[in-house]
Amino acid sequence: MKKLMIISAFLLGTVATVFAQSEKYYGAMGANLAGMGNLKTVQDHVDLAAKFERIGDAEKTQWLPYYYAALLNSWAAFAAPNTEKDALGNKAKELVNKAQAIQNSSELYAVKYMASTAQMMVDPMTRWQVYGQEAQKALDEGFALDAKNPRLHYMQGQSLFNTPEAFGGGKAKAKASFEKAVALYNEEKPASPIAPTWGKEQAASMLEKCNK
Amino acid sequence: MFVLSKRNSMKNLFLLIAVSLGTAAAAQTKISGKVVDQRNRPLQGASVAIKNAYDGAVSDSTGKFRFKTTEKDTQYVVATMMGYKDAEALVICKGADQTVTLQLKEKLDELKAVTVTAGSFEAGDKKRAATVLSSLDVYTTGGANADITAAIKTLPGAQQVGEQEGLFVRGGAGFETKQFIDGTVVNNPFNASVPNIASRGRFQPNLFKGTVFSTGGYSALYGQALSSAVILESIDIPEKSEISASITSVFLGAGLQKITKKKNASYGFNVGYTNLTPTFSLVKQTPDFFTIPVLQNGDANFRIKTKRGIVKFYTQYATNSIGLRRPNIDSAGLKDAFGISNYNWYNNLSWRENFGSGWKLNLGISYSTNKDIIASNIQNGSNQNVTGTGKPWLDNRNFDLTNQSDLSQIKLVFDKRLSGISVLRFGAENWYGYNTTTINGTKFTLKDNLTAAFAESDIYVTNNLAAKIGVRGEYSTAIAQGNIAPRLSMAYKVGKQSTMSVIYGQFFQSPEVNNLMRSAANLGYMKADHYMMNFIHQTTLQTLRVEAFHKQYHSLITTSPINGSFANGGDGYAKGIEFFWRDKKTISGLDYWVTYSYLNTERTFNNYPSRLAPTFAAEHTASLVVKKFISKINTGFNFTYSFATGRPYYNFVNTGSQFAIADQGVTKNFHNLGFSANYLTKIGKAFAVVVASVTNVTNANPVFGYNYSHDGSNKVAVTLPAPRFYFLGVFLSWGVDRRQDAINNNL
Repeated sequence: MKKLMIISAFLLGTVATVFAQSEKYYGAMGANLAGMGNLKTVQDHVDLAAKFERIGDAEKTQWLPYYYAALLNSWAAFAAPNTEKDALGNKAKELVNKAQAIQNSSELYAVKYMASTAQMMVDPMTRWQVYGQEAQKALDEGFALDAKNPRLHYMQGQSLFNTPEAFGGGKAKAKASFEKAVALYNEEKPASPIAPTWGKEQAASMLEKCNK
Repeated sequence: MFVLSKRNSMKNLFLLIAVSLGTAAAAQTKISGKVVDQRNRPLQGASVAIKNAYDGAVSDSTGKFRFKTTEKDTQYVVATMMGYKDAEALVICKGADQTVTLQLKEKLDELKAVTVTAGSFEAGDKKRAATVLSSLDVYTTGGANADITAAIKTLPGAQQVGEQEGLFVRGGAGFETKQFIDGTVVNNPFNASVPNIASRGRFQPNLFKGTVFSTGGYSALYGQALSSAVILESIDIPEKSEISASITSVFLGAGLQKITKKKNASYGFNVGYTNLTPTFSLVKQTPDFFTIPVLQNGDANFRIKTKRGIVKFYTQYATNSIGLRRPNIDSAGLKDAFGISNYNWYNNLSWRENFGSGWKLNLGISYSTNKDIIASNIQNGSNQNVTGTGKPWLDNRNFDLTNQSDLSQIKLVFDKRLSGISVLRFGAENWYGYNTTTINGTKFTLKDNLTAAFAESDIYVTNNLAAKIGVRGEYSTAIAQGNIAPRLSMAYKVGKQSTMSVIYGQFFQSPEVNNLMRSAANLGYMKADHYMMNFIHQTTLQTLRVEAFHKQYHSLITTSPINGSFANGGDGYAKGIEFFWRDKKTISGLDYWVTYSYLNTERTFNNYPSRLAPTFAAEHTASLVVKKFISKINTGFNFTYSFATGRPYYNFVNTGSQFAIADQGVTKNFHNLGFSANYLTKIGKAFAVVVASVTNVTNANPVFGYNYSHDGSNKVAVTLPAPRFYFLGVFLSWGVDRRQDAINNNL
């Protein structure tokens, strides 16, 4: 009996430690995610990405910190001038690789798509063959993992929206993707409070644009 | 534009924060300090953190950082930065402020390391993605008509030689440039040609993902080219299956490319038919074409992905024929008639594999056979053959010639990663050439077994200093001689985006087949020493390149005035400086490049009586290439303007004991303005590109040199068969949207 009590006490202690650890993790992630609402400059993105990356480095078994760090870098790549897009895009991809080493997820491919697209925009005429195809490949691979990821549909809509109708894109095709995205966003039940949920409002506003 | 806002629905988050606030009330330690590099210069953007904890900061522009931590006792602070090795320092977190300096050592890094780029224009290099000339560039160079060689002529170092095919680089003759596909040499890269008219290259630009135009000092992996190497790398498995068709004023074509579902293999074929009858009926040609140029060609390919590599096969068969008459230069009533039929079969099989643990392999096997059947005749006013005039300079123009050349090659290259990012490459190759030429029933044969071994190492001393050291040894059975050619280059990064390089190399080339056939026993290698210095400043969208060179020629082939035999009696030099500026940045959507080449060269070769500036060398050459794509109308406009100062010309006469200059001069300056427009649209379900192109828009009448009559009294300018060439075509494809290339710039 005494033995049993010792064992239970030990087990309880372990659980408590794990709980404290996860409380710390969720707390830090939550604080950082809250920060995502007030990003203005490229530097803001990069600074917040660094915070996520530090959590990733410390945790070692969580893929979401690296995911958010990558996401912020890919957003920064879009906003940054041409001369900085490559460094940010490559950083985003490096972080995606780190996250994938822990756990693969369709979410990571949306980030990869954005990083490659941002890099393509530096010089679309010559870079399309490398980065355009890389971006398309990311979308394809993402869909293969989870065809119901609303963010991937939103990304595909963006891609179609920006490709003229004569060339296989256009509003009509984009609209179908945005509709699908919005429907999936509405059904979406985040796996945890820190799971990715971004893009819903943007997809809805893009859908509105297509309807005009 | 892609716009992504970062607002999320954050109800859950606030809950989390509320929970987390309760735990954050513990005591804090302030940590501050500086991140520096090996030379104590501040590093911006380094990430500094408590090891295995969340607290940290990013260093600012002065390398300084500052943060607070709730961690306790002894901790490590870690600084990390891309391209540097991590550094750690100990801190004691007991409330007292801590100050640390973290010094990061640079990691040797392929992306950051300097590369030796002197002497070559790399294009399509994925790693750097800052291409100089891509296959799309070839298609959109005004006036180049999708010919790789024509597009390369807008780069520095190449001469504007318009009366024969080939690249004349830095005072070198056309035969001094060799083309390589996936490592192996291409024996007959151009379609059959007639005297004084340049022919096109055999290969479509879209077969290749990368083109390297080396104007000298190239790698020890390549040999048998005194001046220049054009190194083409074929594409791997394409993205999507497609069916294509082309309907143009000059040719018709159709093709299929099929990719397996798993995208691990593909196969395809193309057929084409070229006929210049419609063009010639609209645009008057100076020569009288009794056989209007006709070309049939077909190609097929397969590509299969292996475990960590790819096997590729490409085969192409083509036949073409041309026949034309021109007035005879010696006799007003006579004409020179020249007809040629050509058959060419080219095959290339390559295997690239990464075996892991730093070992890579490249195997190339190629086989080609080429046959020319030529009939040259003197004809009278009613196009009847005339023989036995008693005048040798006329009778010598009556001949039948059949030429067959076969070349088989195998080349094996191993690539071994050494410590860091340094690489050792080594391998061997064998060329077996079999040539027969029959002139008026007399047959000449030449067999040559050329074996080469080579080794080369890229050595990175630091990210800023690299060297490429190579050596190549060859042995040719035809001349029963060997050669050893050392190559050395060094590059130093002088700024973030600037590189200085120096290059030295020895280059050997066997004499041309028609020389060897008659005098192989007396001949040896021709040789060139290259010395080059180069500066490149390259940013994402701009490239500035300045290169100075000196080339020393030895043992060039000369012709004996006494019996017409050949010897290694020639030599010469070439020196100059070249500028290249490409800019896609200054004016949005406008891509342009400017080149200028200065060349000073003299040589003794062929029947040159002394060292003279060769007829293919202009002192000053310049090009301006401008490309603008207007997204609104889905149309691209491309202009190319080329200029060259006049080239020397000579009338050499044989006095019986020596060659002498009977007349000489310099041609007028050369100008050429080329234009093309490409409109992207959709026809039915097919994606379509409509291309219109005009060469020599200003109708300038270029003079490339002069032909002399036997007695020297009549001199006729060598010029174009028609000043302008027009092209109109529609390229259709079902499947892949090739126009994505062009339209994505409106993203």
